[in-house]
Amino acid sequence: MLTEALSDLKILDLTQYIAGPYCTKMLADYGAQVLKIERPGTGDGSRSLGPFQGDEPHPEKSGVFFFLNCNKKGITLNLKDPLGRKIFLDLVKEVDVLVESYRPGTMARFGLDYESLTRIHPGLVMASISNFGQTGPYKDFTATDLILTAMGNEMYSHGLPELPPLKNPLTRDLMAMGGSAATGIMGAFYGARWKGTAQHVDISIMEGLLAAIDYRMAALTAYQYSGRVNDRIPFGGSVASGSMPCKDGYVEMVTGKLNLPRLIEMIGDERLKDPEFLEQDIFLTKPERLEEFNAVLYEWLAERTKMELDKLFTEWKLQASPHATPAEVVDDPHFRQRGCFVEVDHPIMGRVEVPGRPFIMEKTPWQMKTPAPLLGQHNGEVYGKMGFSAQDLVMLKQQGVI
Amino acid sequence: MPELPLEGIRVIGIENNWAGPHCTQLLGDLGAEVVKVESRYHWERVSRGALARPSKLLLDNMPAWQGGYPNGEPGQRPWNRPPAYNRCLASKRSMTVDMTRPEGLEIFKRLVMITDVVVENNAYGVLEKLGITYEMLKEQRPDIIYCRMPGFGKSGPYAQRRALGTHIAAQTGDTLLRWYPEVDLMMSQMRFHSDTTGALSAVFSVMAALHHRRKTGEGQLIEIGQAENVLPGYIQAIMDYTLNGREIAPTGNRDYYGHAPCGVYRCKGEDRWVAIHVTSEAQWKGLCRAMGGPAWTGEERFSDGLCRFRNQDDLDPLIEEWTTVHDHYALTYLLQKEGVPAGPVMDARDCYNDPHLKERDFFEPLTQEDCGTHLYPTVPWKFTKTPLHLRLPPCRFGGDNEYVYKTLLGVNDEEYARLEEAGHIGMDFVPEIP
Repeated sequence: MLTEALSDLKILDLTQYIAGPYCTKMLADYGAQVLKIERPGTGDGSRSLGPFQGDEPHPEKSGVFFFLNCNKKGITLNLKDPLGRKIFLDLVKEVDVLVESYRPGTMARFGLDYESLTRIHPGLVMASISNFGQTGPYKDFTATDLILTAMGNEMYSHGLPELPPLKNPLTRDLMAMGGSAATGIMGAFYGARWKGTAQHVDISIMEGLLAAIDYRMAALTAYQYSGRVNDRIPFGGSVASGSMPCKDGYVEMVTGKLNLPRLIEMIGDERLKDPEFLEQDIFLTKPERLEEFNAVLYEWLAERTKMELDKLFTEWKLQASPHATPAEVVDDPHFRQRGCFVEVDHPIMGRVEVPGRPFIMEKTPWQMKTPAPLLGQHNGEVYGKMGFSAQDLVMLKQQGVI
Repeated sequence: MPELPLEGIRVIGIENNWAGPHCTQLLGDLGAEVVKVESRYHWERVSRGALARPSKLLLDNMPAWQGGYPNGEPGQRPWNRPPAYNRCLASKRSMTVDMTRPEGLEIFKRLVMITDVVVENNAYGVLEKLGITYEMLKEQRPDIIYCRMPGFGKSGPYAQRRALGTHIAAQTGDTLLRWYPEVDLMMSQMRFHSDTTGALSAVFSVMAALHHRRKTGEGQLIEIGQAENVLPGYIQAIMDYTLNGREIAPTGNRDYYGHAPCGVYRCKGEDRWVAIHVTSEAQWKGLCRAMGGPAWTGEERFSDGLCRFRNQDDLDPLIEEWTTVHDHYALTYLLQKEGVPAGPVMDARDCYNDPHLKERDFFEPLTQEDCGTHLYPTVPWKFTKTPLHLRLPPCRFGGDNEYVYKTLLGVNDEEYARLEEAGHIGMDFVPEIP
């Protein structure tokens, strides 16, 4: 049995959709015991999100739900029911961390806010993940990934000036914020375990995006420093940098002043050997020379494929990475060789391939242990341990408690 | 106030760009003491600006995020003033040493002996060339935790690539999925999402390793291949291919899940936009109410979710006719009142003026000698009992040499002066560096 870093961490998971479940998935993947609570009947909202296996919109066939919820046990429980809440209190006493992603105020309405819970479990760490945080004028705003990207991330300067600002692909930002939440919770758990301070953590997706890096951080600081607002800028102006068309697609290049001599040497074209090209600020003072330079470069690139360019540039300690389609990413020999995808057996979907370990820990490696739970799959096991008989569970089911 | 989670932990960062520095900045915010190791002889690309000594002309011609130095000026020590990097340079101390010389490497080794975690995100082979390997680190400190963040990982066909975030974006399909479907990819812009996910995963894994070490006494090696670490973000694209053999196409601002309206709409003023994303019949009704129930909303072609999705090209301009005479914040409040997901597309100025962020105390003041006092985005999580803050201003190059050499390493004044004379210690890059 492989050693797990977080095998002694028990988590009760009330989250759903994308950010919360990715957060608890990261913890589960490195050993935490995560018990996922889903609403009876429909379960986690992401069970209704595609892509579905065979395009069949079945609650056990969602690719997104599956990826996000491997390595977790799953039960159904209705927190709107008083008995449901009593059962919840018994469950929460047994865990180190509770993670929830309800609208702010919901847990308090259930009588399950942090103050109430720490009365029965003083050592509990609780993390609340929400769109805008537990306080503030936007706390009750409703949002999707588009809204959060528009407000939290640097969408304003993404895209071309004559077109609208451009969002980020799919639900990429929500997934990243799930990762951010996992990191914050790891810090809170570490602090509780080794410094004796259990506490409530308020995690806002909008703030997570604002506090991250990429252009947002740079744009914020630049505005503070200089008053300049980072804008959508017209295409052009960079020497040998950007998405460059080649024989069979595009490669991504970043050359910059310091690498320009090496690039020129590699290409070997006489037309590029003009020493003026290496003068500081030349392309600003004489933009027509930039056009000249890039014209020769495009010509040279058009004769070579993505893979040829990647190999050549790497040999010369430069960079030209191919732009990949989704199929090229999944079939990529580099990711395959590194073991970045794994196959998991699921009772209804059969064998499913999903992204595997996000990163490598030498002594406490990532593990894929169990597929995502069927809805209520572990009710018998979990409630049985609490002393409920099979008949009890039938009654609870009929009463809408589980 | 009780101790911060990582108080008592010491971290070394041999780092550049964003992924490594943001990781060690967050470790510092969580309570660790972080020492950034730099060299007067080595300009670490994209870590303290595009150039060590940029001209004002260059800054003025760079986009704001790169060129927006304090008051638009390079300043006397431009490497202490770059807007693109300074927030990541917060919460840590900077020392300089020339590790290409044996005595410099010895100093580094002495620092490792009193360190718990080393974080690096250098190109393949760079540290090995200096003699810094996991084995060497373990010799100084047997339970060291060594977190490496190579772009494509330390093995595999792409291991030797000198990758920046934009190369990772290309290879993981981000750029292709991100860009406008109707515009040639040649015109696409760079974004560096892998730095964010890499840094956050690195902090997570370092703490998991520290936890494991507390239980067992064992350190370990961590490898964050930034490219593979980013793959979950494209889960819909990946799963549609692994489950159904299908490749999805980019959707621009439109919704992969088939909801409409979904996009940004022009508002009153210069280049002001509101984002609106309707995902249910109830929200559509809310939008109609907010718009004052114009007749066109009753047309057959907009009568249900599927029609609206199919007729988006007709729907969007009609909505924009309405938004274009209103303020983007006013529309947000109006739409949110009707239960419609909506929000302003916020530029940097909007962020600093935002009432929600003000109430949440999201921006913190830091005073640094070469920049002055400014407000910076704080730590992403609000801990209620041990609040997290940016603990130190953006570190100045070599700004903490005295503290690190004398206090941490016990170097006496005479030795310190000799090392300064020999070029290890200083606050300026050597003149040869442009």
